[in-house]
Amino acid sequence: MVSAMAEESTPGESGDGMTHAEIERDPALNPRIGRVALEIERLSLWYGEKQALRSITMKIPEREITAFIGPSGCGKSTLLRCLNRLNDLIPIVRTEGDVRFEGRSLLDRNYDVNLLRKRIGMVFQKSNPFPKSIYENVVYGLRLQGLSTRSVLDEAVERSLRRAALWEEVKDRLQDNATGLSGGQQQRLCIARAIAVEPELILFDEPCSALDPIATAKIEALMLELKSDYTQIIVTHNMQQASRISDFTAFLYLGELIEYGPTDELFVNPIKKQTEDYITGRFG
Amino acid sequence: MEKRQLDQDLEEIRENLLKMGGEVESMVSRAIQALLGRDDIEAQAVRDQDRRVDRLEKQIDEECLRLLALQQPAAVDLRFVISAMKIVNDLERIGDSAENIAFSVLQLNQEPPLKPYVDIPRMAEITQGMVRDALDSFVGRNSALALEVRTRDTEIDQLYEQLFRELMTFMIENPETVRRALHILLIAHNLERIADHATNIGEDVVYFLEGKDVRHPEPVGG
Repeated sequence: MVSAMAEESTPGESGDGMTHAEIERDPALNPRIGRVALEIERLSLWYGEKQALRSITMKIPEREITAFIGPSGCGKSTLLRCLNRLNDLIPIVRTEGDVRFEGRSLLDRNYDVNLLRKRIGMVFQKSNPFPKSIYENVVYGLRLQGLSTRSVLDEAVERSLRRAALWEEVKDRLQDNATGLSGGQQQRLCIARAIAVEPELILFDEPCSALDPIATAKIEALMLELKSDYTQIIVTHNMQQASRISDFTAFLYLGELIEYGPTDELFVNPIKKQTEDYITGRFG
Repeated sequence: MEKRQLDQDLEEIRENLLKMGGEVESMVSRAIQALLGRDDIEAQAVRDQDRRVDRLEKQIDEECLRLLALQQPAAVDLRFVISAMKIVNDLERIGDSAENIAFSVLQLNQEPPLKPYVDIPRMAEITQGMVRDALDSFVGRNSALALEVRTRDTEIDQLYEQLFRELMTFMIENPETVRRALHILLIAHNLERIADHATNIGEDVVYFLEGKDVRHPEPVGG
């Protein structure tokens, strides 16, 4: 089971996870990071009996793009959904370990989940605009917070849509139904909607898999622009996308973090053979 | 399981690179034999061989470019393609140097021998060893050997300087030897260049195998 990786793993790894000292000693798991936006500590997750995440420990850098890559079923989306507690919605999920955000454990029962999801926004694989106008989509989160002053909302709509590189295309039809937009525009609308509530982090779960190459390129260019204001994490099965836009890349396999480092180093000279086998397409 | 297109393409480049290496090694060897045996026919054959080498250079460069464009290789595969393009360049230069040696041989053979060769055969032996081992390090994925090739360059440089001084003395004392002396010096210069290119190949092999750039090391202190 874990034996395939035995030669690559460090002592004391199976099941219980590595100690902090072991992680710090392993250059494949411990890149030098500036400011930390989020800390994941020995995070494990089970769907019922099946363990999907195995003691993941990593620090997410602030205002950078971090990519999670790995084969289907490796746990990358599961890990992403832990970060804004979307996994809470699945009854059979059980977690151990911690995720710390702004000095607090966000897995804590007392943490306000709605506030969390405003601070940590998410964009999904299939864009999910509400069946409302473009304007109402963007202000939905703000209205939930109790904001209703027209001028405030107008300003937020323009700011968010500009930031999401969509304003010029929709400024004259803000009252049109959002479902009439193209796939790429809908995704940018979802990004605008996330940005409107001024998050710290934005999580992207395969945001471009349903988009054509031009729409994909626009989303990627947008993500690079958003770096100046937001920490971003992207789950992608497209390795060229990870190498194009991310600053740090984490490679996961069977629920375990195999390697985590600066993207340029990982794609030119990965430390672990497993990582190299995956990114050169020689896996399995 | 059938080989993936990427692996087939990589293998093709590798084979052509080795073919080119073999041709170039042969050119150097024949050029030296032409010199020591005063053999015009061998010298001319070397010059013809250079055309094959030039064709291989273009072919391999094209295969590498195509692979980069179509397959987007990563990690070791990417380093292999980049190193292959650099090695091809150094091999082509070695071929040119061998051809230059052959040209000088043809000139030298038109006059009586100037003096018994002592330093040139020694330089040739070391240089040929460097080329052979640089290519072997690539075939055998031997990083240590690749790195060791570089250390022999020092003796080549020393022999060259020695020969330079000796030939200068000759030319000053006997002006009618100038033409032959200059061609011998050119041959030594070309051997020295071949050694430099073999060193480069060794460094490129280290980059391919380990991802480490070992070019231009800092001078050793003390």
